[in-house]
Amino acid sequence: MEIKKPAVAGTLESSDCMVTVEPGEGRVDLELNSVVIRQFGPQIRKVIFETLKRLEVTDARVTVVDKGALDCTIKARVECAVYRSGDVKENLPWGGVIV
Amino acid sequence: MRNPNLKRLRRSMMFLNCQKPGLIKDPYVYGPDSILLDLEDAVAEREKDAARYSLFHALREIDYRGVERVVRINGLDTDLWREDIRCSVAGGCDAIRIPKTETAQDVKRVEEAVAAAEKEFGVEEGRTLIMAALESARGVLNALEVCTASERLFGIALSGGDYTKDLQTTISGTGVELMGARQHMIIAARAAGVQCFDTVWTNLDDMEGFRREVETIRAMGFDGKSIVNPRQIPIVHDVYTPREKDIIFAEKVVREIDEKKAQGIGVFTVDGKMIDIAFYDGAKRTLALARASGKYKGEL
Repeated sequence: MEIKKPAVAGTLESSDCMVTVEPGEGRVDLELNSVVIRQFGPQIRKVIFETLKRLEVTDARVTVVDKGALDCTIKARVECAVYRSGDVKENLPWGGVIV
Repeated sequence: MRNPNLKRLRRSMMFLNCQKPGLIKDPYVYGPDSILLDLEDAVAEREKDAARYSLFHALREIDYRGVERVVRINGLDTDLWREDIRCSVAGGCDAIRIPKTETAQDVKRVEEAVAAAEKEFGVEEGRTLIMAALESARGVLNALEVCTASERLFGIALSGGDYTKDLQTTISGTGVELMGARQHMIIAARAAGVQCFDTVWTNLDDMEGFRREVETIRAMGFDGKSIVNPRQIPIVHDVYTPREKDIIFAEKVVREIDEKKAQGIGVFTVDGKMIDIAFYDGAKRTLALARASGKYKGEL
């Protein structure tokens, strides 16, 4: 999916994360801040990149501020930000690229 | 084959806001019988989409350890409910709760959408059950047609806040304003052979009042209650736990009916009380409640 405009999803509450996506510069740039970055930084990055890859996002600036979210929440927030960016609200591919 | 979960035990059904990941990640630790994952009133209008993604992944990835997962979708008067159903069924929810139900047609519309979603996402046909919340005078009056509208419908629930608004009154804490609806709904539910659930109690500073209300609705025949806080779970389960003498009696009734049936005897006495087949389902239910509360380990 093409990131056409900036979009945000999530909050800074405990067990959540805030994901911002913006049009990129020909690649995916990720800035990650997490309260558990020492323990789980690589895992969080992996979940973010895998989710973006499934959604075919190849050109975006992505900022994630994590407050101890589970993997399933990170995925949910990345997907939400990406689909908000594309103004897609219905007939979502549940069980397809959202999995 | 009918879904075996139609009649499962549902003493406590706890509302959880899908907008808050922290709330839906581990509610099973409190031991409710069911959770009501809310996409409707608790979710802010601009977060409706975000709540669905969280719901989908929670349903797919979190092990709720046998707790039933019911999703409250948005109202049929919105443009949200169809996508809510697609998301919920694809995620593998156990049931859909319809808000503001007023007619059999409301249930049938949801039934159609659920069936279509099961087909679209390869979910076993008939796996997803339905319950209907009655929140208006019209809905309550139509309880029987709602109860009989679908083979998937396992029960109806009173939603007291909207219902009392429609009656032009308020929740008093005494239950007087809900008396007619409760009585009508439990009769309709039993006539249709489905379950019936009471409305939430929102005053968390008055747990004595809460207990009295649970005692009242249990005495009326309700199967359980919608709840809003984990602190309410042990109270509901305690009220729904049969007393020791009732468990012993129920066990005797089930054994005797099984035995006497085989001998061709229809009416007999147990501990001096006249018993026939009409007592069987009640006795089995007592044992199921006793088993759920850890008071009965038997096989019946």
